[in-house]
Amino acid sequence: MERVVFQNVSKRFFLNSGRKLISGHLDDLLHGSHKHSFYALRDISFVVSEGQSLAIVGANGAGKSTLLNVATRLCPPDEGEVAVNGRLSAVLELGAGFHHDLTGAENLRLNASLFGLTRRGTADLFDRIVDFSGVGEFIEQPLRTYSAGMVMRLAFSVAINIDPDILVVDEALAVGDQAFHAKCFDRMLDFRKAGKTMLVVSHSPATLRHMCDRAIWLDHGRIVEHGALDEVLEAYESRSANPA
Amino acid sequence: MWSGDYLFVLQNLVLKDFKVRYRNMSLGVFWSVLNPLIMMLIMTFVFTKIFKNNIPKFPVFLLCGLIPFNFFAQAWSAGTNSLIESAGLVKRVPIPREVVPISSVLSTCLHLLIQIGILLTFTLAYGYGVNRNWLWLPLVWIFEVVFVLGLVLACSAIDVYLRDMRYVVESSTLVLFYLVPIFYSSDQVPKEYIDLYLWNPVTALVVALRRILIEGVPPGGSLMRNLSVVSICALAAGWLIFRALHRRFYDHL
Repeated sequence: MERVVFQNVSKRFFLNSGRKLISGHLDDLLHGSHKHSFYALRDISFVVSEGQSLAIVGANGAGKSTLLNVATRLCPPDEGEVAVNGRLSAVLELGAGFHHDLTGAENLRLNASLFGLTRRGTADLFDRIVDFSGVGEFIEQPLRTYSAGMVMRLAFSVAINIDPDILVVDEALAVGDQAFHAKCFDRMLDFRKAGKTMLVVSHSPATLRHMCDRAIWLDHGRIVEHGALDEVLEAYESRSANPA
Repeated sequence: MWSGDYLFVLQNLVLKDFKVRYRNMSLGVFWSVLNPLIMMLIMTFVFTKIFKNNIPKFPVFLLCGLIPFNFFAQAWSAGTNSLIESAGLVKRVPIPREVVPISSVLSTCLHLLIQIGILLTFTLAYGYGVNRNWLWLPLVWIFEVVFVLGLVLACSAIDVYLRDMRYVVESSTLVLFYLVPIFYSSDQVPKEYIDLYLWNPVTALVVALRRILIEGVPPGGSLMRNLSVVSICALAAGWLIFRALHRRFYDHL
C-alpha cells in the first residue's frame, strides 16, 4: 500500500504577502502586482510504501520542513498532488500544541485529542504514554517546570503511542538523552516491522541510519538525489565536506 | 484527512482556555463574578444619581443589557484573535482549523453561564418572580451564541490576513456600547430608528431579556424573527468565509 505519494509537488512562498499598508495595496492595483516569491519546493515526486521509512536531508532552508508540512496537510501545495493514506501523527516542533501552564497530564489529553484520539482511546493509552515518556510524578506538574528533554519525551510518547500509520518527525529527537533515544529506536523498529511508515528530518546521520532505509536529499527545494539511505547520505556528506 | 473526535478536541481546548485564564490568579473564576458587579455598581450610581432616570429597579434593568453585551464583546474580541494566538497550533498540528475559533467562543460561553447565574439571582432578589416565559431564555441565548460564532469565524479568518481586524473589533465594540440599549430603554429610541435598532442581534437579545425577566411577557414574534434570521445568516456567511480563507492560513501566520 502506498502511504505517502507526492506527484510533481511545488510550494511557493510570497515574500511580504499581505502585510502592507493600504498605500501598498493601492500601488499593486494601479501598477500591477509584482510579488516576490520563491519556491520552497519544486517539482517533488516520490512514493513511500508501507514499511518504508524515508529520511530527508539537506542544508538549512532546503525545504525539508516545508516538505513535511505539505505531507501533513498543514499547507496545501501550489502545484501537484499529495496523497496520504492512513492515520498520521506528527512531531514537527518541540511541544507544539502544548501549553506551559497546563500540567503534563492535561497537555497529554489535549495533544492526544488533537492527533485524533477519542476520549476512550486516550484513557486507555494514558498510562502507557506516561510510562514511555518516563516523566514519572512530574505528570501532574505544570509543563513550565519541565526540562526541554522532558517536554520532548512527553510529546514524542504521545505521537508514537497513538499507533499512527505514518509518523512524521522533524528534528524533535535532538534533545532526548541516550537512554530515551534507545527506547525510541526500539519502538520505531517495531513500528516499521508492523508495516508503518516514517518521514524523518534530521541532521544526525547516526539517527537516520537507525530509523530509515531510504533518503531524499533536497537542495533549494529540488531533489538532488533519491535512493537508498547509505548512498544518499554518502553523496550528501561528501558534498557538504567539499562544497563545489 | 483528520478523523478524530471533534467533541473531545473542543472539550479539551475549552478546558485549556478556561484553566489557563484562571490558574495563575489568586481570585480565580471569581473575576467572572466581580467584573459585571463592579460595572453594575458604577453605572447604577452614574445613571441614578447623576443622570437621573425613572426606570424602576435599575440594577436588574442594567444587568439585562450589560451581561449580553459583555459576552458579545468578549467572545468577539477573543475569538477574532484566536487563530493568531494559537498560531503554533494552527501551523504545527494538523487539525481542522475551525476548532480554534469555535472553542474560543465556547470557552467564553462558560463565563456566560456564571454571568447568567448572576443575572437570574439579581432578578429574583429584586422581587421579579419566575414566570413561564423563562422557557424562552435558552432559545434567545442560543441565537446569540450562533450569531457570535458566525461573526468570529469570519473575523478570525480575516484577521490572519489583515491584522487590522482586531482594531476594527475594538472600535466597533466601543460604538456598540452606546448603540445597544444598555443604560437606556429601547422605548426611548425614536420611532424612526427603532426598526433598525432591533435588527442588531445584541439589541434584540437585550430587549428580549427585559421582556422576559422584567415584564414577564414573551419576546414577541418580530423580535424572534430578527434574531433568528440575522444569527443564522451570520453563521452561514461566517462559515463560508472561513472555508474560503482557511487554506492559506499557513502562509500568513
